[in-house]
Amino acid sequence: MGKILAVTIILIAILSAVPIVMHTWNPPADVSTHGHLIDEQMSETMAEAGIAFLAGQILLAFFIWKFSNVQPGARIKNFPGGAMGLVLAAFLLVGTEVLALGVFGVKAWSQVYFTPPAADAMPIQVQAGQFAFYFRYPGADGKFGPLHPELVNEGTQNLFGLDPDHDPASKDDIVTAEMAIPVNKEVHLLMHSKDVGHSFYVPALRVQQDFVPGLDVSLHFTATKVGKYEIVCTQLCGLGHYNMKAYLEVMSQQDFESWLKKQAANQ
Amino acid sequence: MHDTSAHAVHQHAAPTSFIRKYVFSLDHKVIGKQYYGLALLAVLTGMVLSWLMRLHLGWTDLKIPGLHLLSASGAPGDVMTPEYYLQLMTMHGTIMVFFVLTTAPFAAFGNYFLPIQVGAEDMPFPRFNMMSFWVTFTAFLVLISSFFFGDGPTLAGWTQYAPLSAVGAVAGPGQGTGEVLWASSIAIFCVGQLLGSLNFITTTLDMRTKGMSLWRLPLTAWGWFITSVMGLTAFAVLMPACILLILDHVAGTSFFVASNLVLNDQLQPHSGGSTLLWQHLFWFFGHPEVYIAIVPGMGVVSHILVANMRRPMLSHRVIVYSMGALAVLSYMVYGHHMFVSGMNPFSSLVFSFPTLVITIPSTILVLIWIGSLYGSKLRINTASLFALGFISMFISGGVSGFFLAQPSIDIMLHATYFVVGHFHLVMAVAAIFGIFAGTYFWYPKVTGRMMNETLGKIHFWLTFVGAYCIFMPFHYLGIAGNVRRYQAFVDDYLVRLIPLHRFITVAALCTGAVQLIFLYNLFYSRFRGEEAPLNPWQATSLEWSTPSSPPPFDNFGGRHVVVYHDPYQYGIEGSTDDYVMQDSPAQIQSVRDEK
Repeated sequence: MGKILAVTIILIAILSAVPIVMHTWNPPADVSTHGHLIDEQMSETMAEAGIAFLAGQILLAFFIWKFSNVQPGARIKNFPGGAMGLVLAAFLLVGTEVLALGVFGVKAWSQVYFTPPAADAMPIQVQAGQFAFYFRYPGADGKFGPLHPELVNEGTQNLFGLDPDHDPASKDDIVTAEMAIPVNKEVHLLMHSKDVGHSFYVPALRVQQDFVPGLDVSLHFTATKVGKYEIVCTQLCGLGHYNMKAYLEVMSQQDFESWLKKQAANQ
Repeated sequence: MHDTSAHAVHQHAAPTSFIRKYVFSLDHKVIGKQYYGLALLAVLTGMVLSWLMRLHLGWTDLKIPGLHLLSASGAPGDVMTPEYYLQLMTMHGTIMVFFVLTTAPFAAFGNYFLPIQVGAEDMPFPRFNMMSFWVTFTAFLVLISSFFFGDGPTLAGWTQYAPLSAVGAVAGPGQGTGEVLWASSIAIFCVGQLLGSLNFITTTLDMRTKGMSLWRLPLTAWGWFITSVMGLTAFAVLMPACILLILDHVAGTSFFVASNLVLNDQLQPHSGGSTLLWQHLFWFFGHPEVYIAIVPGMGVVSHILVANMRRPMLSHRVIVYSMGALAVLSYMVYGHHMFVSGMNPFSSLVFSFPTLVITIPSTILVLIWIGSLYGSKLRINTASLFALGFISMFISGGVSGFFLAQPSIDIMLHATYFVVGHFHLVMAVAAIFGIFAGTYFWYPKVTGRMMNETLGKIHFWLTFVGAYCIFMPFHYLGIAGNVRRYQAFVDDYLVRLIPLHRFITVAALCTGAVQLIFLYNLFYSRFRGEEAPLNPWQATSLEWSTPSSPPPFDNFGGRHVVVYHDPYQYGIEGSTDDYVMQDSPAQIQSVRDEK
């Protein structure tokens, strides 16, 4: 029965690896300037973890095959090199792997989080609330009017709690339920939550960032391909969590400008 | 080391009444069985909840006959509502993590066998021990009661992130009464674990019999000891966190709720709290909890493998040091749950490093287990099959840790099914394989009868293949960006993944049904199983030196056990048997592991 277990373990290991090697299930294709760094890091980790996975399972299976139900009179033998050899191997192999992954992985993280947005990045505010995202563009004056949480009222469509009667900067603010951005233009996303925790996940853009109630969080990215992509919430926020989504439309600069004008007219 | 001759008289007399013997018992063995029974009840509840969840995920509009009886509002017309899915999911996670994975490998097996393995008659504080079980049982009742009060249990997930968990009923169904019951249950549970941990630590340090030095402790005892130290420090953080959460509900405080939040167009009367504070407190407990679930399994699996390999581990000490390293590092890595939480991104890099480093002691453990198989005389029985299955699951679940330890990759994989696959394999399935291995191995000692090996093996094969069929595809879903905690998949890029979800559902139902074979074997063998010899596995540690199975009330029938050897004296050449019991005075050429 040991031999059957050994074969089963190897079969499971190989079958598990097939969809990975065949790329059967993949995330949406990357459309960001920084995404390739994450994808490369992912591939590198997949290769290293894949080798560790297969090597571990095959070695386990091989020893089960070889040493199960041996003759009762057989002598016990020790693994060549003993425990210390294995400890050293773990330190050297995994230690090196860990260092390599840790060091190289910093590159992608730094580009997303440690590089400040460009001075001319386009600011867009996003507000998450149960169970919708809303977006605000600053309008012609380039300024966002202040928020007044006590004025938030979905019935009157004052979704952000703006007070255009008293705040001149709010007068030309454009509030939308869909996000549109120009292609190849850096976007500086200013994030806040209205109520509970949410998250902003755009798989195609390789971005995911939680909204933290009480904190202003920001994110910046550049989309490189015109198209329509999904923004979904990944932080459990209540009964409508699964359906909390919005679309991100990446447009040419010209299309974006006409879209923004149209949205301004609808305010 | 402690000479038990100073404690010649048992600290409490053998009870005679039913209540004192089986209900409010001070006997560590009865308490261990009570914990096992609670874990069994909990795992069946949790498994049924997972079936309901999986059915709903495969076929969202499916009518599940009779579901409305569980909750008329949660399943009108027997179709699960989105909020009821989240409520069942929250209860599944909470029940499994706290009342199964913490309770069975640590409290159940540990209570029964730790005192026997150190050569003691009981734990030093039997009343605390009794209290620990009944407090834990109360916590379970409080949690389950949330099904029947108000609008049902909380829907905020087992991680209970604030402020969803803290603002009250306005946040959604179950977030009022259900939430307070959840936080109360877990706070009570923490009290039980603290009492239990104190007993485990003092038993290990103070109750060892003559000759039982720390290095002569079996690996199981080391696993329970290390876990109890973790339990003492981790649950001591979770308990105040839960109390503060309750206060946010009932006393108008704002520990976890920030200012200016608007729900249902109402400005909330909270100010000044911190959303991230809950996450820090929760994960400071939550990551050690992963090891609280798995380290006892590592001890149990090592113990069972040694007896079935007929040789000691390549290095007893390296296994102990590695389990200890996991425990210490587990407190330094918790921030990897929060890479994209909005905490300072520099902190993410700081937390990433120990998270990557923790793979080193994990790898050492795996290599020592596999390396010890080399040159052994491996016996295949149900217990050893589950122990070997544990190693396979631990490898599979462990390698996905490489991905989640890196903040940049976490941007893609955070909160996806990849995480769900990872923790189910490494923490849940592996730990449950440890529980199964322990059950098949120790059943003869606890009941005096053998479990049926044929049924056991059928149980193993179907569970082993079934668990892989369920949890390996979770990783593929995660790679494709499938977000967890969704009750349906309505996003364009997720719709194509529904067939994979259906495959998982079928696998989960079948693998769940297979557990009925185990249940049948567990109960049938208790009455009809073959009578067990005193030491059916020819094992060496003290639980096999008791005069009867089950052991008498004082464990060793009035005999003061003296230990002469390291715990795993197997492969002794020149002797009639190939092993020497720990309490055998025989002079032998000791099989010493490498230091």
